[in-house]
Amino acid sequence: MEALGLLMHGFAVLLTWKTLLLMMLGLVLGIFVGVLPGLGGPNGVAILLPLTFTMDPTSAIVMLSCIYWGALFGGAITSILFNIPGEAWSVATTFDGYPMAQQGRAAEALTAAFTSSFIGSLVAVMLITFLAPMISSFALRFGPPEFFAVYLLTFCSFVGLGREAKHKTVISMSLGLLLAGIGMDTVSGQLRMTFGSAELLRGVNFLVAVIGLFGISEILLTMEERLALRGHAAGISLRVVVSVWKDLPKYWVTLLRSSFIGCWLGITPGGAIAASFMGYNLAKRFSKDPDSFGKGRIEGVFAPETAAHASGTAALLPMLALGIPGSGTAAILLGGLMVWGLNPGPLLFVEHKDFVWGLIASMYLGNVVGLVLVLTTVPIFASILRVPFAAVAPMIVVSCAIGAYAIQNAMFDIWLMLGFGVVGYVFKKIGIPLAPFTLALVLGNRAEDAFRLSMIGSGGDMKVFWSNGLVGSITTLAIVLLFWPVIDKVFGSVTRILRPAKA
Amino acid sequence: MSNTDIEIVVEDPTAPEADSPAVTSVRAADVVVCLLLLALALTLGYDNWRTGAGWESTGPQSGYFPFYLSVILGGASLYGLVAAFLSRREASEIFVTRAQLRRVMAVFVPTLLFCLAMQFLGLYVASFLLIAGFMRMVGKIALWKSLLTAFVFTAVMFVTFDIAFDVIMPKGPLEAALGR
Repeated sequence: MEALGLLMHGFAVLLTWKTLLLMMLGLVLGIFVGVLPGLGGPNGVAILLPLTFTMDPTSAIVMLSCIYWGALFGGAITSILFNIPGEAWSVATTFDGYPMAQQGRAAEALTAAFTSSFIGSLVAVMLITFLAPMISSFALRFGPPEFFAVYLLTFCSFVGLGREAKHKTVISMSLGLLLAGIGMDTVSGQLRMTFGSAELLRGVNFLVAVIGLFGISEILLTMEERLALRGHAAGISLRVVVSVWKDLPKYWVTLLRSSFIGCWLGITPGGAIAASFMGYNLAKRFSKDPDSFGKGRIEGVFAPETAAHASGTAALLPMLALGIPGSGTAAILLGGLMVWGLNPGPLLFVEHKDFVWGLIASMYLGNVVGLVLVLTTVPIFASILRVPFAAVAPMIVVSCAIGAYAIQNAMFDIWLMLGFGVVGYVFKKIGIPLAPFTLALVLGNRAEDAFRLSMIGSGGDMKVFWSNGLVGSITTLAIVLLFWPVIDKVFGSVTRILRPAKA
Repeated sequence: MSNTDIEIVVEDPTAPEADSPAVTSVRAADVVVCLLLLALALTLGYDNWRTGAGWESTGPQSGYFPFYLSVILGGASLYGLVAAFLSRREASEIFVTRAQLRRVMAVFVPTLLFCLAMQFLGLYVASFLLIAGFMRMVGKIALWKSLLTAFVFTAVMFVTFDIAFDVIMPKGPLEAALGR
């Protein structure tokens, strides 16, 4: 139980007035960002990142992760009251959440959503507490070939398991990896792909790209739609909270199932959206009365919210333990860690104990504080939506510009941000996923270094990726996942041929 | 409570009409993007090949990794090109309607001007102009409200970043005149 002791130490690091204040500030900003149309988790974290540059790493990451929790909570508010999912993973919450609001049970639905988010995250954080140190101490034995194999696995699973057209995922990923390579080559010091431009010498900054891709492009996309909205206002009274909580034990199977799905899908890359739908669908399938779903059933709020938040939180596990983010937002947090000179990965648990356990403790504390905060302040946040988008949009643009400029103090980055905004807008419209791009951009240099170091070590022999059982099985798994759709099809047709009569 | 207690209502005066004619199809956009990506892949591939995409005594040269990525990107965009040409579904899908494009331009053009203005006027003055102008022109919000919101927001930003957090932003003649 070394983990428990370290966790207690983490709490001790956190329990200062300054940190608690930052935590509240982060949560409020996060909910704000989650409620506003055209902003969400990744954008919010990316835009607010510059604020934290002058803080010490622990306070900064506490504030950032609280922005993230806040944004997760905030997404539920708009889904339920306005039928507008702030994020793709809140879509499933609208199925039963909005009907409940229409029936005048908005307070109940909100309480259910917040509570189940809290439970989902809590389960995932507990998983992180006990699993992350184990994985990272295991990963300490990894050499460059093993790391490259793990990166390969991440990339391949995006291609093989993603729901978008395969070639579009490949385009997005290779583009990200290429852009990551622009500038000075970290191994030999040679310049490449700069075409003689002094501005490109620094390379394409990850955060600038993210601010453009998510912030600016989201504004463009939001403007396309009709922005008039009609929704319910709701205040939550203590009586409602108590009555919902009293009913909680009845739904323990749903909660547990969704938490489990969420944790599982969160660790594998790109899972929060799939998790919320899967949580919802399974709850519906196992229900005695499946027809009542979609008409305002509280279980239909519990199931997707728990799963979405468990997976959103579990996405931080591979980031902390291996340095591989499981979601777009985790990738941005990872980018933040690198700004402060912290190198995410197994060594983090050894070299920066204070930081890691402070972060994990802040996940517990942030969730508790967040739950109380949203339950008490929902009416205020819901009324933010009264502010017309024409006032919000330019403010977001300004915040994006400040964020992009502050990273390297370069005007060139502002233009780059604008360019990425257009690219993001077009990509989203033609179905090229952005998450693989983000991931590739943040991992590109490390993946290349790992590849080249293992090549140098082996003298250019590709067999190094099958040189021992561990690296061999990871590489093989990666290749299996890459060709998973093909394998799946072949297996499907084989079984059909073998059993033609049945079905 | 009844079904009708809608309490928050926000109107959108300049919303795009639903029946606006299409500017272009998803297929056309897809083809153009694939062609651009193909051109990018060729350019980067050539540059990396020139840098050296082979092996030397110490391992792969600097161009090796990106060269093969360019090949992958080129291959995938070529595939995308063919797939887009063959796709019937994408041909019938609308990429953007005229009304939507007008709205998108209504944000994009001011943003572009904002970035330009930032170089000469500094970030804070440019922000003030962007917010006030956008609220007035696009949102049709009362002039005094627009000016006040823009001023308050810009002032808060200035105090937060320039004074409290020491994050330096581009500045122009106004800040110089005020001695910051």
